[in-house]
Parts: sequence; structure tokens; C-alpha cells
Amino acid sequence: MSPAHYIALAVILFVIGGVGVLVRRNALVVFMCVELMLNAVNLAFIAFARMHGALDGQVIAFFVMVVAAAEVVVGLAILTSIFRTRRSASVDDANLLKY
Amino acid sequence: MTGSFAALAPVIPTPHIEYGQLSPMLLVFGAAIVGVLVEAFAPRSLRRSLHLALTLGSLAGAFVLTIVIATSSTLFAGGSAGHIAAMGAVAVDRPTLFIQGTILVLAFISVLLIAESSHDVSAFAAQAAAVPGSPEEREGLLAGISHTEVYPLTLFAIGGMLLFPASNDLLTMFVALEVLSLPLYLLSGLARRRRLLSQEAAMKYFLLGAFSSAFFLFGIAMLYGFSGSVKLGAIAAAASGNTASSVLLYAGIALIGVGLLFKIGAVPFQSWKPDVYQGSPTPVTALMASCTLVSAFGALLRVFYVAFGQLTWDWRPAMWAVAIVTMLGGAIIAITQTDVKRLLAYSSIAQAGYILTGVIAATTAGLSSSMFYLAAYGIATIGAFAIVTLIRDPGGEAGHLSSWAGLGKRSPLVAGTFAFFLIAFAGIPLTSGFSSKFAVFQAAAASGGLPLVIIGVISSAIIAFPYVRVIVLMFFSEPAPDGPIVVRPSAYTSLAVGVGVLATLVLGFIPEPLLRLAHDAAAQLFVR
Repeated sequence: MSPAHYIALAVILFVIGGVGVLVRRNALVVFMCVELMLNAVNLAFIAFARMHGALDGQVIAFFVMVVAAAEVVVGLAILTSIFRTRRSASVDDANLLKY
Repeated sequence: MTGSFAALAPVIPTPHIEYGQLSPMLLVFGAAIVGVLVEAFAPRSLRRSLHLALTLGSLAGAFVLTIVIATSSTLFAGGSAGHIAAMGAVAVDRPTLFIQGTILVLAFISVLLIAESSHDVSAFAAQAAAVPGSPEEREGLLAGISHTEVYPLTLFAIGGMLLFPASNDLLTMFVALEVLSLPLYLLSGLARRRRLLSQEAAMKYFLLGAFSSAFFLFGIAMLYGFSGSVKLGAIAAAASGNTASSVLLYAGIALIGVGLLFKIGAVPFQSWKPDVYQGSPTPVTALMASCTLVSAFGALLRVFYVAFGQLTWDWRPAMWAVAIVTMLGGAIIAITQTDVKRLLAYSSIAQAGYILTGVIAATTAGLSSSMFYLAAYGIATIGAFAIVTLIRDPGGEAGHLSSWAGLGKRSPLVAGTFAFFLIAFAGIPLTSGFSSKFAVFQAAAASGGLPLVIIGVISSAIIAFPYVRVIVLMFFSEPAPDGPIVVRPSAYTSLAVGVGVLATLVLGFIPEPLLRLAHDAAAQLFVR
């Protein structure tokens, strides 16, 4: 298997995640789609690292994982507090700010 | 493949870190960590004063250190453009130091607003975890407590903002982007009044911010695939010697551009800005409208001048389109706004468009005028948001424009000051708004951007209409009988407004000193 296939897979996963962010209505699922996009990026980094024969890309994947973990902490804190207030995690219900 | 593993040395050499050159950032991050300890161990009664001393002290100290580095004879000896510190991760050069100094000054003034406690206990929630309207929330409000975690969070965000424009490789830039964004997501959800709006703002900012940073990161991956490195200089070298297919390169430029333009709030990536500016606590909005904008523009300038500097002809058409829709879109949508914070948000979008015309010039004049614009606009916008915190009704700040009617008759000084800031945003001569707009448009016109300048002038004329409408509303209509009250500002808010007015006036009358400073800082562009 050539690394190019993994790049193609990463692009497909990234697009699935991006479309998911745009069409899904539950904030948690939207956030999961963002995480899918980040994981697609990790796959791309690792495949490129293999293509270039260098370790940088693999190290970057670790950085991305750590940052994604921090993002989960902050994101879930915000989503939990809004769920406790509204009893709903739908991004359509949070519609006070507009126009 | 095995060859590269065998080539690795058995001992890992110790990385060389230039602590002196990184000291402003290290000081701010260090103070943030001490702030977390203060939060954990100091008694509640002492926390606010300890935090305040720590935060303001570290920001002032970091500013002094920035000046010391900028004037040091060794760093710029022999006409050197600067130095790349921390094993190639952080660039220390004159434009970066100018941008960092600007961020530190603006952050200092924003922290004064965050510290304001005279007209409410603070702008921040008593307990963010308590459900709005619950007995727990009422208990916290009655006890008069508020979250003092905001000070360390602010310091972490400012530390990220200092690192973001200084990053010399895209990985450091991504980490800095997250370090500045994550605390801001939390801060925007911590308002004391109108907490539903605040929580909604936090959620929207978080989801859209995470979405945009995924694009930024995928752009980094594309450029890594193209050049085999994430260092800006290596990407520039690979791009200039490029003969093979450049799909990866162009995809990388586009995706990184999306991530950076989102942070700036350029159309079509502006949708978060009005909502987040309106819902967040106003001091946090002031911090975002000034420091985040400066930092994001600093990073945009560095990436597009250093990594894509030889590809100007490739990215310029797309940037032209973004600048045009940003200038026109921000100005036209501003006309329909009925909330003062949303109006200022659309104003900020339009201003981002004007600064983009300077960025597109891709010359030293473009760099220096953009930096001057950022400093002048940042300080005025903090002043404008400081005025917004003073107009209050029983529910908190009176944001709706209808309640600002007749303000000039009841409180001429406050209304006059706000009108002055609006006049500056509109770019009327003898204010900083005019001198900074003149500088960026001159730079744009000098490098073939005359159509952009014409659209910029049209946009300025359009956006003057909502500003004038607010001024007319304040001075030529009768005050409502149950209108909002204008609270007397304490020393903190007065200082923020005073500095804003003074800087706007001085930079309007005698812009030369700061313009010359920006020009000198930009003379050699960024270090490569």
C-alpha cells in the first residue's frame, strides 16, 4: 500500500467530519465531527512522515492529540453547562443571539 | 526508511533556549501559573487584589522586557533582521516585538476593565457551574462573589497571543492558537448578567473556533506533505524551488488562510464575531476586539510574508476578494444593527477589511501601516467598549440602541466620548482613524491596489451612516422616561477611556512618532 492511499483516506475522513459539522444538530455530535477532522489530520501527518522518511510528522501527531484533549476538556465544560441550563444540546435551540 | 532511523544519533543533544529573548512570553506564562496557585491557596478575600497585582505587574514587566530586547545592541547587531530562538520555533525580530508591545499595552488596558468592580461586583459570574435562575446562583450573587479565575485565564490567553505572531514554525503557531483560544472560549461564557446569551456565545465560539482550527491544522499537514517541514523558512524555500505538482501547496495556503481569516473575522468567516461580541462579558469583548485581532493579524502577516512571500501573485487574487467582501459586507450589515455591541462587532469586521488592504500590499509600507492601524484601532475600540459598560439598566448593560436615545442630554460627557470614538472609527480627519486609514490605503495604492482603496473609501462612507445615526440618536432625540442610568466610572474604567481618547487624539494630530516607530520596525520585514 502506498502512503498516497492513506492521504486519500485522510481527505475523505476530513470531508466527512466537515460535512458532519455543518449538517448535524446536536452540539456533542458536531464536536465529535471536529474530532474526526483532527484525527484525519493526524493520519495525514503520519502518512506524510512515512513519505518523507522523517519523524517530524509523527511527533506533530502527538502534539495534535494533546491539544485535542485540552479542547475536549474546555468544550465539554461549555456544553455541559449549556445542557444543564436548557435541557438540550441542540445547536438550533441556542438562538437568542441573532440579527 | 531504515536509513533515517540508523542516522539518528544515540544521544539527544540538549536544545538551546534563549531565555532572555523569550522572557516577555515566559513572564506572562509564569505569572499565569502563579495565578492558578493563588486561586488554589489564597483566601477568597485576598484573591482579587493578589491577582490584580500579579496580572498588571507581569504585563507591565513583559512590556519593559520587550523594550529592553528591542533596544538591545547584540540582537540587531550588523543590520541583522533578528534572531530565531528556541531551536527555530520562535522568531524574535522588530515587527514581532512591535506587535507584542502593542498586545501588552492593549492587554493592560483590557485588564483594567476586567478588574472594574464599582458598578457591579464584577462583570463575571459568581459560579459558572450554577444553572441560571437556580437557588445556587442566587446564593452566589447574594454573597457577592465572582470568578477570580478570569485573571489567570486572561494571562494564558495573552501569553498565547504573544506567541502566535512570533511562531516561526506552524506547529508552534497551532499550539499558540489553541493556547489563546481555549481560555477565550471559557471567558466568553462567564458573564454575570444575561447568562443564557453568554453561554450561547461560548458554545458558538467554541464550535466554530474548533472547526476553523481543524482547517488550519489540515493546511499545516498539506504544507508538511509539500515541503517535508513545518518551518516557515523551509516552506518558502520549497515553494520557490518548486517544479512538481503544487496541489498540496495551494491546498495548504487556502486552508491555513481559512484558519487565520477566521480569527480575524473576515467575511465569509465572520459569522461568529457579532454573536460572540454581543454575548461575552464586555471587558472580554474588549480584549478580543483589540488583542486577539492584533495577534491574529501578526500571525497572518508572518505566514503570508515569510512562508508565502514569493507566491504573492498566487494568493493576492483570493485575498483581494476577501478584503472586498469584508469591507463591503461589514459596512452594509452594520446599517441594520440595533444592538451597540453588534454594531461595534460589524465595525470591527469592516476595519479588518481595511487592514487586509495593507496586508495585501506585501511591502514594508504595507507591514508598517497595518501595524500602526492595529495599535490605533485597538486602543480606540477598548475605549468604546469601556463606554458600553457604563450605560446600565436593571438587567445589566443596556445594549439596545433604543435605550441610548437622548443620552447626550443626560450625560453629555459620556455620550460625547462615545461619539468621538465613532467619529474615529469612521475615519474623520484629526483622529487616529483617519491617519491609520490613510496609511494603509496609501500602502495599498502604492502596490497596485487602487481598486481596493476605492472600495475601502466607499465602505467607509457606508459605515459612517450607522455611526452618525447613533450620534443623532444620542444628541437629537428625547430621552426615554425609563431609560438606562449612566454609572460613574471608577478609576479603572476612567483610565481605560482616558487612554483611549488621548491616544485617538494624539495619533490623529501627530501620528509621526508611532508611524516612524512602525516604519523602523518593518524596515527589514520579518526574520527568515
